[in-house]
Amino acid sequence: MEIRIRDLAKDFGDFPALFGVDLDIRSGELLALLGPSGSGKTTLLRILAGLEAPTWGRVFFGDEDASATSVRERRVGFVFQHYALFRHMTVADNIAFGLTVRPKAERPSRAEIARRVQELLDLVQLPDLARRYPSQLSGGQRQRVALARALAVEPRVLFLDEPFGALDAQVRKDLRKWLREIHDRTGYTTVFVTHDQDEALELADRVVVLNKGRIEQIGTPDEIYDAPASPFVFDFIGDASRIPVTVEHGGVVVDGRRLALPVEVLGQGAATLYVRPQHWTIGAPDAPGALAATVAGTRRHGVSRRLDTTLGDGRAVEIDVPPETRVAAGDRLSLLPTRWRLFFADGAAAAVAPVRDPGRVAAS
Amino acid sequence: MSIATSSGRGGAGRRRLVHGVLPGFGLAMGWTVVWLSLIVLFPLVALAVKASGLGFGGFVKLLQDARVQAALELSFGAALIAALVNAVFGVLVAWVLTRYRFPGRALIDAAVDLPFALPTAVAGITLAALFAKTGWIGGLLAPLGIEVAYTRLGVVVALIFVGLPFVVRTVQPLLADLDREVEEAAATLGASRLTTVFRVLLPPLVPSILTGFTLAFARGVGEYGSIVFIAGNMPYLTEIAPLLIVIKLEEFDWVGATGIACVMLAISFSLLLVINLIQAHANRRS
Repeated sequence: MEIRIRDLAKDFGDFPALFGVDLDIRSGELLALLGPSGSGKTTLLRILAGLEAPTWGRVFFGDEDASATSVRERRVGFVFQHYALFRHMTVADNIAFGLTVRPKAERPSRAEIARRVQELLDLVQLPDLARRYPSQLSGGQRQRVALARALAVEPRVLFLDEPFGALDAQVRKDLRKWLREIHDRTGYTTVFVTHDQDEALELADRVVVLNKGRIEQIGTPDEIYDAPASPFVFDFIGDASRIPVTVEHGGVVVDGRRLALPVEVLGQGAATLYVRPQHWTIGAPDAPGALAATVAGTRRHGVSRRLDTTLGDGRAVEIDVPPETRVAAGDRLSLLPTRWRLFFADGAAAAVAPVRDPGRVAAS
Repeated sequence: MSIATSSGRGGAGRRRLVHGVLPGFGLAMGWTVVWLSLIVLFPLVALAVKASGLGFGGFVKLLQDARVQAALELSFGAALIAALVNAVFGVLVAWVLTRYRFPGRALIDAAVDLPFALPTAVAGITLAALFAKTGWIGGLLAPLGIEVAYTRLGVVVALIFVGLPFVVRTVQPLLADLDREVEEAAATLGASRLTTVFRVLLPPLVPSILTGFTLAFARGVGEYGSIVFIAGNMPYLTEIAPLLIVIKLEEFDWVGATGIACVMLAISFSLLLVINLIQAHANRRS
């Protein structure tokens, strides 16, 4: 099921929770809505499911305008953050609920429902828990039951609100992998909300980054991570150091020193340079056209070693180096970014062009 | 080091392991038993001892007395009907009070407790005045051929009044705790509003509705003050068992009075026991 969202807005009283949202969700894809709390990601998901009505705009399920239909008519599967299982029903009754509430004419036979419930219990890998009550299950098991219940009605789309939010780190990891497998096996168009960038980047085919009710960027995990479209996305996703610079005559100037970058920057004025820790080259102290930095400390950071360095103005810059690199606190270095993004004060990304006159860069 | 060894091996250390985390079981349990004995068990035993003066034959005779039978029937029957009515409308009142925000909500919420606070005699006189043929409500019902005051229906009305707070107050906290997401989940799964109410929202409330029902019923069986004013107190017709006890007492028939009391006690106790068992069963499921 393909979903198109056009010019969607939602106000809660005077507070605009969403505005100007345009989004195409492709059939069969696994899409993440990523953003900090208050960014409108859950509101968007609830509007798609029909649990909330938009103030403005339209939602299309295929060619059908879904804006006018109720939750019941939309036939979507929704997995709630806190599972929302029916605690007075067994696991089997929970999963069967969507089938048993159908009008008599459309309701499958008792045997058919039982067969389907067992099939779903097998799919979510809880084949022996049919007779248990939700209170007798662990968080991860409840989450699986909630998913099975949502899948029982053969929904056109599957929505998950912070599906792993309330679980332990290890269970989260396992369930993440498992959800990807289920998605690949069943092929449901799936949209999930998360505030966890790792979860979004690892699990989703495409990621929608939301901030303050607007879409900041839509892209594959690679695009989002390697080419953030705005300062917000750069800050929100992954680690990055921010260095205030001035753009003058196509060059990037820090502390009166022009960086030896292999490109020419278009534009003029104050800007911020964003560089990820792994995108630096380290040189001998006082190399021309590079930032001068002093190592304040080092620490182990996953597979690499992270250096905490300070620039001349005291600004901190984090750098990842191979763990065997011999660096100690107090060492002086020079730094040059290998990959970077430059945003002007108004948030616009600076465009770059290949250097026309390499001599001029070297001279500065 | 030395401290750890001494507390680990010494008598004091070993003793602490036997005790649970909660302190004072012995003291608390002792007080509970003494208190319950003084307040509940002791009077009940005294009652039984007094009633035993009847002898087995006397008890049978008492139970075969048509006036006693009619009074017991009315007391338990009216209490049962009133408790059932309260179970339905109490849930409704609790639902409205917890689910909707409207002007005057706090006022209505406070009014629910009034039947508790009001002296029962005041309630009885007020109800009798309202439901008499000349009263505000009685005047409206009279043309329809419905008589409330001085009939068995009047007894039921009085018991509905005094029993109202029980169901409302036991169900209310659970309704307030109901998870909105559970209703939404039912809706996404295709359930209609009515199906959601009856299959998703009400079942978890059943134990608390039963508790409220039980309390209202128990209160109704023992109610005296509000009923004697509205019932008319005609023997065989609108005379309740507690009134019959009072009448026996006024005739200095102590043994007869305690005999009726014992019968009421036995019936009440077995009914409460059955309801508690049902409730335990319902609780085990959720």
